[in-house]
Amino acid sequence: MSRSADIVAGAEQRLAAAPVPEEFEKGTSLWEDAWHRLQRNRLAMISLFVFSAIVLFCVIGPFLSPYDAEAQDLLKGAQGPSAEHWFGTDTLGRDLMVRTMEGGRISLLVGLIATLVALAIGVVYGATAGYLGGKVDATMMRIVDTLYALPFTIFVILLMVAFGRSLWLIFVAIGAVEWLSMARIVRAGVIGLKKQEFVEAAVSLGYSHTRIIVRHLIPNVLGPVIVIATLTVPAVMLLEAFLSFLGLGVQPPNASWGVLINEGQQNMEIFPWLLMFPAFFFALTLFTLNFLGDGLRDALDPKSAKD
Amino acid sequence: MLKFVLSRFLQGLLVLLAIYALTFVLVALTPGSPFSSERAIRPEILAQIESFYGFDKPPLERFWTSLTNAIQGEFGPSAVYANRSVTDIIGEAFPVSIQLGAISLLVALGIGIPAGILAAVKRNTWLDYLPMSASMVGICLPTFVLGPILVLIFGIILQTLPVSGWFGPEYMILPAATLGLFYAAYFARLTRGGMLEMLNQDFVRTARAKGVPESTIIWKHCLKGGLIPAITYLGPATAGIISGSFVVETIFQIPGLGQWFVQAALNRDDFLILGLTVLFASLIVVMNLLVDIIQVALNPRLKYEK
Amino acid sequence: MPLLDVRNLTTSFHLRSGVVRAAQNISLQLDRGETLGIVGESGSGKSVTCYSIMRLIPQPPGRIESGEVLFDGQDLLQVSEAQMRDIRGTKISMIFQDPMTSLNPYLRISTQMIEAIRVHEKMDEKQALSKAITALEEVGIPDAASRVRSYPHEFSGGMRQRVMIAIALINDPDLLIADEPTTALDVTVQAQVLDIIKERQQRLGTAVILVTHDLGVVAGTCDKVQVMYAGQVVESGAVDQIFYEPQHAYTQSLQKAIPSLGEKNEALYTITGTPPDLAKPISGCAFYPRCPYPKIKGEEGDPPQLVERADGHCVRECGHCDRSKPIESVLAQEVTEAAE
Repeated sequence: MSRSADIVAGAEQRLAAAPVPEEFEKGTSLWEDAWHRLQRNRLAMISLFVFSAIVLFCVIGPFLSPYDAEAQDLLKGAQGPSAEHWFGTDTLGRDLMVRTMEGGRISLLVGLIATLVALAIGVVYGATAGYLGGKVDATMMRIVDTLYALPFTIFVILLMVAFGRSLWLIFVAIGAVEWLSMARIVRAGVIGLKKQEFVEAAVSLGYSHTRIIVRHLIPNVLGPVIVIATLTVPAVMLLEAFLSFLGLGVQPPNASWGVLINEGQQNMEIFPWLLMFPAFFFALTLFTLNFLGDGLRDALDPKSAKD
Repeated sequence: MLKFVLSRFLQGLLVLLAIYALTFVLVALTPGSPFSSERAIRPEILAQIESFYGFDKPPLERFWTSLTNAIQGEFGPSAVYANRSVTDIIGEAFPVSIQLGAISLLVALGIGIPAGILAAVKRNTWLDYLPMSASMVGICLPTFVLGPILVLIFGIILQTLPVSGWFGPEYMILPAATLGLFYAAYFARLTRGGMLEMLNQDFVRTARAKGVPESTIIWKHCLKGGLIPAITYLGPATAGIISGSFVVETIFQIPGLGQWFVQAALNRDDFLILGLTVLFASLIVVMNLLVDIIQVALNPRLKYEK
Repeated sequence: MPLLDVRNLTTSFHLRSGVVRAAQNISLQLDRGETLGIVGESGSGKSVTCYSIMRLIPQPPGRIESGEVLFDGQDLLQVSEAQMRDIRGTKISMIFQDPMTSLNPYLRISTQMIEAIRVHEKMDEKQALSKAITALEEVGIPDAASRVRSYPHEFSGGMRQRVMIAIALINDPDLLIADEPTTALDVTVQAQVLDIIKERQQRLGTAVILVTHDLGVVAGTCDKVQVMYAGQVVESGAVDQIFYEPQHAYTQSLQKAIPSLGEKNEALYTITGTPPDLAKPISGCAFYPRCPYPKIKGEEGDPPQLVERADGHCVRECGHCDRSKPIESVLAQEVTEAAE
């Protein structure tokens, strides 16, 4: 379910073929340029703003709300939005706004941590393949290609069933299937770098590997990795929500947006707001993250901005 | 060409075997057994049941028996639904799922590819912006959000379409739209990207310099290459439509394989999980094989390298 | 009446970062059977001029702002797109720099050649194919009858450029525009390709515009030369005039930058600096910052005008610099200074 397939292919080609942008030798100017380009992209800036607002809403919101996410008040069950409960209440009388905030916390947390897991696996795998090259590389990438075409979601479901449905398992299981694009990007970056003459020069001058990696590899690959990571977050959140929707993800009393959407759709004929609020926040988050990822790609990798 | 297809076919078989083994291990690792439910069963009866299903044999032997049976199309009995074999369940639900999947894929391709071509050809006009904005929205509306919204609009507010069951063409519209539109959005973006890349190629300039009309340039010169990204995505899209069907079949109460799979996973119905996973994986492997063949057929450069 | 008479053609690109004046006030004339060389660095507006003649400028961002392109007396900038399509490939043909990408990798050579014929002429598939095979034979492709069925990637670069020439000439055009046809090829193959163009030209009486940055190619092939710099024509005339009596400082420098085989010890001159940014308006002489002559006036001033002399030799004279010493001594001084 990763939206990055087309982006990966493009970035991969450019990384493997193209030399490191000259600017990075000048240090910060690459990042300054990228920031300026991003600022000029109105959609991306609006997305950044809205996304930050959603994060603040979810993280700080529960502290400001007079209600507790788990406090039930059956007398006030399933009420529509009102001055008292802005988003209304669910069938057990819990305040939906706080539930939405708390659900967002979990969804965003899964998005963040599972992406980090994917990042760690992808970087290690991709860098190894690219660095070793030759047959090892060919085999490793063939495996990635094969994995791309596999029914991950089924495996994630089986993993959840086999090892119990804990939040930690969700992080790992989702991260374990979303690292493929990351690995390809990192590998392409390493290969592109290996072709560079200045790297050979650095090696022949006796610079340590650490120094080469820190000075040259990371700047070369960081941009595309940030882009893919930004786009992996919504993909990961999607998978988590999918699992939770089926009852295989986050378990009560915890709730993620996927859980809330599931609860909402079961009752939507009578209480449509139970679906609308969490679905709106979830879709909006995906929307802003996708736009932000696109904007970052254009900003960090201007060559890829096609038309 | 034949050699290539054959090697890919064998590769596919290997992948299936690996998936089978992995699934078997995962299911075997699941604590407890399908029969240890909430109801307390006396240990000796449990042992009897387990021995009936072959659970008391060593794992490797169990794996071998189940694999040889699976190759013969026999996946064993359902552990939860008494007196029904996995093959029976598949035989009953598969036609429903394949209908749903095929229609959804047709919706995805039938909307996505024309929209992508149009957007690329009319680049930077409203015919580009409109479908591309729509596809961005589509990508952010996964099945479990879009499905309930469609039900709410067409089933509850307008009451124009049935929202549950699988009894005829009108029952297929909303589920296929839910499942297909998300991928239509993807196909549209991929097709647009592929076509734009082709339209920027030097050979398009050559064709223009020859006096070739624009429509011929699009259909004859650019379409083959421009469709390759979309075709490559057919494999992942099939996988996605299968997992999406889990959600759609739940929302619209369709008696397909997806519902069975979710129930099997929740109930630890080992044989059913194994059978369905292999079936899903086979569909995906077959689709990937098809994609490989189409790609080679479209791209003459690949034909000679292989 | 000349076959091609371009008058004051101006083409610019309207980009987000500003307006790039890629070709300004270009005029050129070409008779049947004649060869005109257009010379200049990359970005000097050579290709833009050619694409403007063919109306192949991508619009937007490109725009042909003004001017006339009289071909056989008809202004190509005024005809409809459909009429223009009829002209492309039959009256005016074009070949491009990179033969690796100019042919469609997804279609057979035969398909691409037959298409070139049948777009313009009603002819059945079989006849068109045999015409295509003949055309391939004429550009020296061995075993053409079977190789016509190949895909482009099965040919080498030189062979592909031959195929491009065969396609371009298949409808006996009056004018062939060759945009750096040899730049992407090996030196040995370059000569062969030029010979083929020349030979076909003599047989068919085609006029040729040869765009190149290689003065050696021009000397061997062209009747007339146009030197371009920063989107402007700085000098034009017969090939002998340009080679033996170059007048503009840029042409002179360009000539001194060619390594000659005979004189081993002669220090090689390079033109320092880079061409001006065409997105910014240029006042005065465009070559001013790179001109080797001693300056007598500041950079500002009226843009120099292209002046035609009695013998048809045109030069954009600037008057910003002191031309009392010959270019040789100016450059020799510069080279020694650089060495110190």
